[in-house]
Amino acid sequence: MTQQPVILAFCCHYCAYAAADMAGSMRLQYPSNVRVLRFPCTGKIEENHLLAAFEKGVDGVLVAGCLEGGCHFLEGNLRAKKRVQRVKQILGEIGIEPERLEMFNLSSAEGPRFAEIVKEMNARIAPLGVSPLRKSETHLENGIAEMALQAEKAIQGGNR
Amino acid sequence: MIVADRKKIPEIRDMVQGHNRILVVGCGTCVTVCLAGGERETGIIGSALRMSLKLAGRENVAVHECTIERQCEDAFIDVLGQRVGEYDAILSLGCGAGVQALAERFPKTAVYPGLNTQFMGILESQGVWAEKCAGCGNCRLGQYFGICPITRCSKRQLSGPCGSSRNGKCEVSEQTDCAWQLIYDRAKSLGKVAMLESVAVPQDWSTSNDGGARKVVREDQCIAGMGPKA
Repeated sequence: MTQQPVILAFCCHYCAYAAADMAGSMRLQYPSNVRVLRFPCTGKIEENHLLAAFEKGVDGVLVAGCLEGGCHFLEGNLRAKKRVQRVKQILGEIGIEPERLEMFNLSSAEGPRFAEIVKEMNARIAPLGVSPLRKSETHLENGIAEMALQAEKAIQGGNR
Repeated sequence: MIVADRKKIPEIRDMVQGHNRILVVGCGTCVTVCLAGGERETGIIGSALRMSLKLAGRENVAVHECTIERQCEDAFIDVLGQRVGEYDAILSLGCGAGVQALAERFPKTAVYPGLNTQFMGILESQGVWAEKCAGCGNCRLGQYFGICPITRCSKRQLSGPCGSSRNGKCEVSEQTDCAWQLIYDRAKSLGKVAMLESVAVPQDWSTSNDGGARKVVREDQCIAGMGPKA
């Protein structure tokens, strides 16, 4: 079992996902322990999606949405910001460091910023170490795959 | 609707201490509308509780979730019937009535509240609920132009404001409207201010906190031989 932290990035299709794509096209280097999930908008992300990530043993979660005022659906990213705050509060109650979760805003043109964000989250998670909720590498990877599938369904207008 | 909000996770975790199989039961009625105990919140609390128990070294405790249409009515609790036998505790995300209905129905299963039931109220704006009714059993809203001084006046004054009404707000908090200012303004807009000059008769509290828990009995609706329980 590897004990490297795994970070899950909940990315908006219209900004962060494109920025991640650009970071790749630009051959930018950033830690490989980030797994990207594509959502139609960060406003589509429910509190239980974020909690599910932690329950599956993910070590850090970043929610990356459009710049404030620039949401494709007007205010999805503002809703996500509030939900992230609420989940941070719940994580604190559970006994998990709330800083394992953070919301970021960037535009689709900011490939380098995406790489920076991933590095920033890694630097933040490193001293906290692997999540005490992690069961096994297989359980974690299966969980992430399941969440990716759900996110893609959301993109296609399927179940939440 | 009945308005509630969730208890903190550590309180819930401590309540269910000693149980190994817990069913978190949401309610699809009032607490779904006030975003406290519906299907979504049941998922959130279930997930949070599992994580909390794991961190407390109780990973083997099974926490499952389900949501029924209405916890306060026996007919809707039927769907839980067989399933409850598999659990040694229920965490109800219904209001206080829902928790008690489940406790009555399942005498051998521990039932705990996951919510703090607050009041009967309305959605004031998105995410904000306000108390409107105390359920006193003797409604006088007609006399007060649709604004209840029993619920909304901090002193429950029935014959006008106290001396601490300032700029339409109550002395208790700047966020609290003075119910009597609201009553006066509404009477004025209806052209009925003169009606406020008479002294109100005292409230008959015999319909409220008197004689224990109340019942409403409709004999015409009771099924023969299945009248009100003694």
